[in-house]
Amino acid sequence: MLRRLLISTLELVAVLFLVSLGVFLLLSLVPGDPAVALLGEGRTPQEYEAMREQLGLNQPLLSRYGDWLGGVLTGDLGTSLVPPQTEVLDRILSALPVSLELAVLGLVMALVIALPLAMWSAYHQGGRADRVISAATFGLLSMPSFLLGIVLIAVLVNALGIFPRNEWVRLGDGIGGNLQHAFLPALTIALMEAAMFTRILRNDLVTTLNEDYILAARARGMSPLRIMVSDALRPSSFSLVTILGLSIGRLVGSTVIVEYLFALPGMGKLVIDAANQGNYPVVQGAVLVIALIYVASNRLIDGSYGYLDPRTRRARA
Amino acid sequence: MTAPTTPLLVVDDLRTVFHTARGAVRAVDGVSFTVARGETLGLVGESGSGKSVLGRTVMGLIATGATTTVTGSVLLDGQDVHGLSRGRRRRLWGPEVAMVFQDPMTSLNPVKRVGTHLTETLRRHLDCSRAEARDRAVDLLRQVGIPEPARRLRQYPHELSGGMRQRVVIAIALACDPRLLIADEPTTALDVTVQQQILDLLGSLVEERSMAMVLVSHDLGAVAGRTDRVQVMYAGRTVESGRTRDVFAAPRHPYTEALLASIPQLDAPPHTVLRAIEGTPPDMARPPAGCRFAPRCAVRHDDCAGAMPALVPLSMPLSVGSPAASYDREVACHHPTTSAAFAAPGGPDGR
Repeated sequence: MLRRLLISTLELVAVLFLVSLGVFLLLSLVPGDPAVALLGEGRTPQEYEAMREQLGLNQPLLSRYGDWLGGVLTGDLGTSLVPPQTEVLDRILSALPVSLELAVLGLVMALVIALPLAMWSAYHQGGRADRVISAATFGLLSMPSFLLGIVLIAVLVNALGIFPRNEWVRLGDGIGGNLQHAFLPALTIALMEAAMFTRILRNDLVTTLNEDYILAARARGMSPLRIMVSDALRPSSFSLVTILGLSIGRLVGSTVIVEYLFALPGMGKLVIDAANQGNYPVVQGAVLVIALIYVASNRLIDGSYGYLDPRTRRARA
Repeated sequence: MTAPTTPLLVVDDLRTVFHTARGAVRAVDGVSFTVARGETLGLVGESGSGKSVLGRTVMGLIATGATTTVTGSVLLDGQDVHGLSRGRRRRLWGPEVAMVFQDPMTSLNPVKRVGTHLTETLRRHLDCSRAEARDRAVDLLRQVGIPEPARRLRQYPHELSGGMRQRVVIAIALACDPRLLIADEPTTALDVTVQQQILDLLGSLVEERSMAMVLVSHDLGAVAGRTDRVQVMYAGRTVESGRTRDVFAAPRHPYTEALLASIPQLDAPPHTVLRAIEGTPPDMARPPAGCRFAPRCAVRHDDCAGAMPALVPLSMPLSVGSPAASYDREVACHHPTTSAAFAAPGGPDGR
């Protein structure tokens, strides 16, 4: 047990190191100059050069990475190069809750939509309901997320006025107002994810429903709903749970389009804005946190396989 | 044993047709039989002869649906199984009729504890508390000969051996005291040494509870000593039926005869070639005309491919010393073999 914990900690450190190094090197390749972002356009090259010198941007790449890494190891993520020149940690701590809330809410909503649809679809395999659900999810998957967001805004905000249009309300400032604002962006995310979840789960359910133990459960007089939930769902949920783990990590960092559409101050927006300005401490810090969430959520998923299938327990111990 | 006048199970002209891309597959094609209370019937035939589908159709697990048509009738204790609503039919599965499946490796849910299989069945059909269900489950496992039943309840199926699992499957089937047990090849997936134990267990449980049983098997040895009557199936139809003793002593259908002849004999000299039946059962999407066994029959006549032989009652031969009224023997063959032409191997037991 202790050994396993040690190994997974080492793995985590290695992943975080490689990710931060990779992003750092990539960042040096993309355009975006903090000096320009700081001073604005139309200054002399000398002024820009002086600013770069002042920010330490003229140091060799690896020594800058070393400085940054040294800071991280002592718990200092640095400060933003571009105004507001606040602590990177503060920037992340203000953006992360928005993204996390969006991701969690979106995934919960996606599951609430996907589970019944997948079960219904699998139960009526090949029937009309199955074909309609299959076509609908396929349509959703082929639709770019911004289009779905725009449609939702046009219908629910502009035409029907069900949802407010104004600024994001933080969770701390009242849960009612917060949920009212989070609902639409979360729904946008949820619909896309739900489409994928439905298809994956439906296919695994169809396979499971052909198993002998499902026939045996029927022969014991169990109702179809009971068989679905209590016999078929768990053995069918491996792919779904795996995808779910990947989704958490992905949604925290890359819901940029949805964040822009709904003017949300989340992680995606933070990273993209910082990357455009070459504001590497912010990018580095944010990527580190996203990678951490990615690894953590997948560890959690790995741990859940033992619950899903008792046969894997002994082998993993 | 009390003998109520009506049989427990009356199957009349049952047909199961699967509508597939290749056309209609007539897996069960007009089968009739009855099972009296407490009686044991063996359904015998090769793989693909429709025995398993017949068992499932009798139970109502296979019923008319989008791709399946079931006609004929199944009366279980006077209730028309296929005429009931799905909900009512489900209520029969457990207290009236239960099934033991072929492969205990796949018929238990791998993610469910042994105990859950039992208790959920008990609580579904009987009005009992969690604790009562658990006590009953322990009791059931003990009855099927599982040591340390309380500990086994908490285990998962993969932690048990094949024989133990099949005992669990039997315990589940017995949970709600069914009047009819359908055992669908209950020993096929097991080790030879375990097969005997499971068959003996089934036999003694059936006797203790005066339960009726339909034992579906391709193994004539399994059916021989343990059934009251036997019905031989070929290509979805009954070719011969009668009391097990009579059928095995003097088979009248060439198929039954060939099946008996293909049982390996212990007392045969070494390197004796096994007598297998040539060919395979017909494709049930395109069954041959006339007698379906004719293409493989060793004693085929010219008229065999013409008309389908009907199942007709036989008169009692002198060699069998049973009263004429209870002879109860039928065969579907244009030219039934005479028992003199064939000496049943190994005596009346067929072994």
